[in-house]
Amino acid sequence: MPQHTLQEQVVRQQTTADVLVLGGGPAGAWAAWSAASHGAKVILADKGYLGTSGATAPGGTTLLVIPPVAKLREQAVAARLRAGGYLSENAWIHRVLDQVERNLELVEQWGYPFPRDEAGRPLRTHLHGPEYMKLMRRVVRKAGVKIWDQSPALELLHDRHGVGGARGVNRLTGETWEVRANAVVIATGGCAFLSKGLGCNVLTGEGLLMAAETGADLSGMEFSRQYAPSFEGGTVTRGRMLAWATLYDGAGRPILRGDRTFGSIPELLVKGPVYASLDLADTPEKREFLRRAHPIFFMPLERAGIDPFRDKFPLTLRYEGTMRGTGGLRLTGADCAASVPGLYAAGDAASREKVTGAISGGGAYNASWAICSGSWAGEGAARYALSQTRHADSRELAPAGRHGLQAGADKPHRLEAKPLIAAVQREVLPLETNYFRSEAGVSAALRRLDSLLPELGGVIPSTVQGIVQSREAAALLMAGRWIYTAALARRETRGLAHLAEYPQLDPQQTHRLILSGTVRIGIRTESVPHARELQLPAEGRAI
Amino acid sequence: MIELVSSDRCIGCKLCVKVCPTNVFEMDGKLPVIARLEDCQTCFMCEAYCPADALYVSPFGDAAVPVNEQELIDSGRLGSWRAEIGWTPGVEHSMAERDTTPFFEVFTESERKL
Repeated sequence: MPQHTLQEQVVRQQTTADVLVLGGGPAGAWAAWSAASHGAKVILADKGYLGTSGATAPGGTTLLVIPPVAKLREQAVAARLRAGGYLSENAWIHRVLDQVERNLELVEQWGYPFPRDEAGRPLRTHLHGPEYMKLMRRVVRKAGVKIWDQSPALELLHDRHGVGGARGVNRLTGETWEVRANAVVIATGGCAFLSKGLGCNVLTGEGLLMAAETGADLSGMEFSRQYAPSFEGGTVTRGRMLAWATLYDGAGRPILRGDRTFGSIPELLVKGPVYASLDLADTPEKREFLRRAHPIFFMPLERAGIDPFRDKFPLTLRYEGTMRGTGGLRLTGADCAASVPGLYAAGDAASREKVTGAISGGGAYNASWAICSGSWAGEGAARYALSQTRHADSRELAPAGRHGLQAGADKPHRLEAKPLIAAVQREVLPLETNYFRSEAGVSAALRRLDSLLPELGGVIPSTVQGIVQSREAAALLMAGRWIYTAALARRETRGLAHLAEYPQLDPQQTHRLILSGTVRIGIRTESVPHARELQLPAEGRAI
Repeated sequence: MIELVSSDRCIGCKLCVKVCPTNVFEMDGKLPVIARLEDCQTCFMCEAYCPADALYVSPFGDAAVPVNEQELIDSGRLGSWRAEIGWTPGVEHSMAERDTTPFFEVFTESERKL
């Protein structure tokens, strides 16, 4: 097969912008649109293609939308505060609910065909991914954004004033690129460890690594124990459909009917095979309704020769990492600024704790968050960039990347990305280690991950794929270490964080865990505004 | 995983190379080839974007399962995902227009027998 070879490490394509957006899923698209709408010159660079990249594009997403009725919203916010272990912030949830409503009105004006109820009111609660992201590409381009597809960023540029752009490579031409920009939005998604959930293999965590190399903090990495059910061998993860399923054991005996949460599947799967059948949809009308709601769930099953309404098909679980966890880059303000000047974060690359707390937002929270945080980060980045008196061009910027890059190579061996990725996956993907977390199990896995660090100092292959995959391997290794470091530091069970030795929630730990650094990981706590509300009922009972 | 690039149907437009999120294809002369099957994430996007219905993504993501082009044509599967999304010229209603998801939760609560 033809392979592009990078002849030299000189930068072939160099340009400037006000705002550079990294990532072309929903959050990146909204960030680019928003920054351009606020007068910034914007470049969006995506590893893949704006329109197909990310967790949303191939399938679709349900949105968190609650009518602007004070009582309904207060109830939703209070419920989320409890469920999220009091780590969310009511004001941020209200902000999301307000903002997403305005943005979805725009989506409809731009041409998305939302269905309407009997009274003719639009029901803007779900978006089909292919149509949504094709539309966003058109809107982003129309706003004047330059879209660079197949152009993964490899590292950020920085100086003592903060971040100032990025370097990357075009996967199709092999040309390296550099964009100098006074503000950068990280919208590269979460890290799903190449577990082959639908659309998730582009989510390999380089955005988190790039940002951490400039000194940016991470938050909430311990809330990352979510696995999603798929038919065995398949990639589509739509747990919601299992509300209509009976689960069966290997002998065909029913073990569960209509589990709304699919939370018990890990426990069942470690005991033996689990089969599902959507046999609770027992009329043609119900089957037709479900088929039309989620075509992406049914199409692969049908192609596999399975009738999901009648057959019993085996289930597997795909790890969802930080994508359906809540951790990511720590945000420092309403403009979605990260903790380094000039750096902004949106979507699943940002910590979502402010709106989801310690539990997964699920698709709905995350989709609305991507839209809102993208809009805010884009606006914040534009305002910051346009207010700078120093041109990005005139700054003495240096590349910040090290791990899994030629700049960090200090060993004679060659960095072999695929075996390294497999070694990281062996520690991170198994239910036994990462779902059923224990101090002993996680500590041992973390030690094994630590022992892989010297591998990153190897000589980087000269092919484009080798360069990109080496960086992905580095990001996966760091993400795994951040997750387990945070997991061990939270000695309690709260939301998606759990250690077998500490099965209870501990009110004393109603705080966030902030990580910083790459090889040496620093850890500290951050207080949350509603912590006292958790303690009050306990005190009340004591009296 | 992507299992078929139909040389009969392919028009050499390179769109699959451009849109694949995980960089699986490369051009070999006028035709795209599956250069890195192991990187395919089974997201069906190349198939949806292919204007010639020349691509087929098998539903199995962990292992290659060879397919027979004629069988795929006979069973109507080649190009079926693009048609279901509503991107095939002449298709009347798109997936988005037919969407019943906004009623899913209400429907599930009211219709499901437990």
